[in-house]
Amino acid sequence: MINIAFFIIAALTLGSALAAATNPKLMHAALSFAIAFVGVSTLFFWLGAEFVGLVQIFVYIGAVAVLIVFTILLTRREGEQLRGFNWSGVVVALAVFAGLVWSILKSPSMSILPPEVSPLTVKRIGEVLMSDYVWPLMGVGVLLTVALLGALILAMEDKRE
Amino acid sequence: MTLSILLMVSSALFCIGLLAALSRRHAIFILIGIEMMLAAANINFIAFWRYNAQPQPTGVIVAIFAIAIAAAEAAVGLALIIAIYRHYRTTNVDQLDRLKG
Amino acid sequence: MNAANVWLIPFAPLIASLSILLLGKSRRAIASAPAIAGQVIALTMSIFAFARTLRAPGYREVHNFVWFNFGDQSMQLGWMIDPLAAAMLLMITFVGLCIFVFSIGYMADDKHFTRFFAYLSFFSAAMLGVVIANSLLLLFICWELVGLASYLLIGFWIERPSAAAAARKAFITTRIGDMGFFLGILLLYHKSDTLLFYDNGHGCLENAGLLLLGASATAIALLIFCGAVGKSGQFPLHVWLPDAMEGPTPVSALIHAATMVAAGVFLVARLYPIFSAGAINGVTTSLTIVVWIGVITGLIAALIAVAQFDIKRILAYSTVSQLGLMMVSLGVGGVTAGMLHLLAHGFFKALLFLGAGSVIHGAHHEQDIRGMGGLRGAMPITFATYAAGMMALSGVPLVFCGAWTKEEILHAAWRWPVSHVPFYLVMLGVVLTALYMTRQMIYVFDGKRGPAAHESPRVMTTPLIVLAACTVVLSVFLTPAWPWLDHYLLGERAHVDLWKIFDQTILISLLLVGAGIGLGVFFYREALRGRRQDPFQTAQPALFRFLANRMWLDELYDYTVIRAARMLSRIADWLDRYFWDGLVRLVGLLGQLFGIITKTADERGINSGVDETTVGARGLGRVVSSAHSGQIQTYLGAIGLGMLALLLLYAWLA
Repeated sequence: MINIAFFIIAALTLGSALAAATNPKLMHAALSFAIAFVGVSTLFFWLGAEFVGLVQIFVYIGAVAVLIVFTILLTRREGEQLRGFNWSGVVVALAVFAGLVWSILKSPSMSILPPEVSPLTVKRIGEVLMSDYVWPLMGVGVLLTVALLGALILAMEDKRE
Repeated sequence: MTLSILLMVSSALFCIGLLAALSRRHAIFILIGIEMMLAAANINFIAFWRYNAQPQPTGVIVAIFAIAIAAAEAAVGLALIIAIYRHYRTTNVDQLDRLKG
Repeated sequence: MNAANVWLIPFAPLIASLSILLLGKSRRAIASAPAIAGQVIALTMSIFAFARTLRAPGYREVHNFVWFNFGDQSMQLGWMIDPLAAAMLLMITFVGLCIFVFSIGYMADDKHFTRFFAYLSFFSAAMLGVVIANSLLLLFICWELVGLASYLLIGFWIERPSAAAAARKAFITTRIGDMGFFLGILLLYHKSDTLLFYDNGHGCLENAGLLLLGASATAIALLIFCGAVGKSGQFPLHVWLPDAMEGPTPVSALIHAATMVAAGVFLVARLYPIFSAGAINGVTTSLTIVVWIGVITGLIAALIAVAQFDIKRILAYSTVSQLGLMMVSLGVGGVTAGMLHLLAHGFFKALLFLGAGSVIHGAHHEQDIRGMGGLRGAMPITFATYAAGMMALSGVPLVFCGAWTKEEILHAAWRWPVSHVPFYLVMLGVVLTALYMTRQMIYVFDGKRGPAAHESPRVMTTPLIVLAACTVVLSVFLTPAWPWLDHYLLGERAHVDLWKIFDQTILISLLLVGAGIGLGVFFYREALRGRRQDPFQTAQPALFRFLANRMWLDELYDYTVIRAARMLSRIADWLDRYFWDGLVRLVGLLGQLFGIITKTADERGINSGVDETTVGARGLGRVVSSAHSGQIQTYLGAIGLGMLALLLLYAWLA
């Protein structure tokens, strides 16, 4: 039963990701991107990392997808259709995929079943973040602040012009 | 359900991201592709954590940090796209070749 | 105000100084306010510090801290309050305050009004730092800051060449002494491993520290005395002090009364244990030298003062002479007498200089006493206060503080076991002091009416009145009947004994001063009725010229020290030009030769190879740059393929 759920999630995710990558209509592609990320976060739930799944939804669906849609709207020009598609990319992507699958299948240590572990609570994550990973946490905070300011400055209208 | 199947799913997602980044002309889709690749990497982190009986949730933490950094990257990247668009009036990466050697 | 907080006292004027500098030139109106406020705060805190020292006789409190560590040693600084420091603090802040207030009136028209007050506050801060220092190093730092401040203030009217020259002279002359001082500090540190004065028995002025010094105490004391000689204008480094009146008159008052010159005497008094280390019957080599230097200075300066015509220059030489007197007192063992004279002198000399400033201000910047005269009517307040200062300086007994301290010094000099010559010479100095002060009074205030003059404004006369009152009030604490201040500094309790007033010294003192004033009146009064020619000059023109030209000491220095220095520099210049330069040229020639050889090798051998390489690199660069299409997706694809290759490599290796 669980396996069936996994396959449905995986198929949904990969299908909408493929749609996002290939759909010539920009808005549709952006929406497919959002669905693909819902799929990814469901996958996280399925794997027992509920917190990461929630973060994924908040960050990607709540923020990044909205940003992307905004950017599409802001940079759209009448009469211009960016439908070009570079077929050589397909070749490279397929080659990389083949390589990855081959190496996964080649390593027998990968075909294991998940062990029984106690569920990971948010409290535990919080404790770990605030103890062992407090410096990376600070660093990420600084990074986010800098990125916020940087994005603001980049996207600001240049008044001198 | 073995680990290798999960890894294959994440590999597929990664390659779809790579495809988007390599093939689409629109600059935003390069960004979307990169986000997908990062998500694939996150799936790997979570999967390795889940299939490993260690008590320390390192994989989860790394995934959280990766999401935060990806968000920052998306914000800056989109701002760059807007700035580029304002400057060159295009988002077609084929036309953005000022760095040509 | 305990010892740990005593640093706030110099800190207040320092902050005032900085804040005035921040004000900028335009805020003339409020520029003096921070200076006055800083001084008032310092005065208030000094009073608290003083009150603390009254708790017990000989009260001393120190606060030491580590400034920095080097290796396993640590450099400690510290501050202290003891009776000596507290009395000096009170004197400096109070007299300083009077001078500050006076300056408001005196400098009212100056265009650098704000800068002046900033410097004044800085000067005061530096001097207060000297007084509270419990470490010779801290004292030296503040000492040099005093020197800097004096340089800035003497050269305050920088546009005048004479002021700039005087500032340089003061700075360099004191620097000569400070070099000795610094060597003394180094020697002291080498011997005793500490520069703290008092440190729970480990300081260099305490018994354990003094034992470490041993025989080198004399050398250390003499080297440190060099600094005092420079700062306090002792012979042979006194030449800067009379020139220092090129600065504004309040600055002269500050230098001569409260700060700069007091520092030297204070230094000797503070380090007295080193000077007297290993004393037999209160006599050591270093103290003997101090006595003779003091005697020579006192006498020379008093003689020169008789033949000067500049009102401030006369006072300047009187300061030098009085400082010599203090040094004599310190040297013969009368430390308290010397310090008391320093304190009393601070009050009346400030009074005299401010009075002179008032006269100059009122007489339209006339400084030559021959150009004055009859100012008594025009400037009654200045006259009265100036007379009080003059009598205090001359040592008129009973109600003027200068008299009692002078008697104390005579006492001490009399008791000196080595010789009585200093005693007689000091007596001569006292007579001369009375003489030239009488001369000055007659010239300035008496006689025929000189040019039109006006009384100074209230802001200038009030400090004069206050200081004049102080010279009288202070004498209450100084009389032998109730020598409170004396015993306060000694760390004893004072007792009232009225009969002590009528000691035989008071008769001697009265006699000396009477003689001096009488002689002055006799010499000058009659002669001044009609003409402005100095009677002494007419009687002994050669001697007068000798004295008027300051015994040609400046010229002597010009011909000896400065000429020698110039000669040395000329020799050094010649050596530089011809000898060292030749050597350098030779080396240069060798380098040139080598250069020619390498150049040939370069051009013939290496260059051709390098040329080939560059041509190849350029071609390669062209090939590589064509791969840079500027297409980001191409790059990304290349990265993807590269990753795939790596992956396959790893898989194959596994």
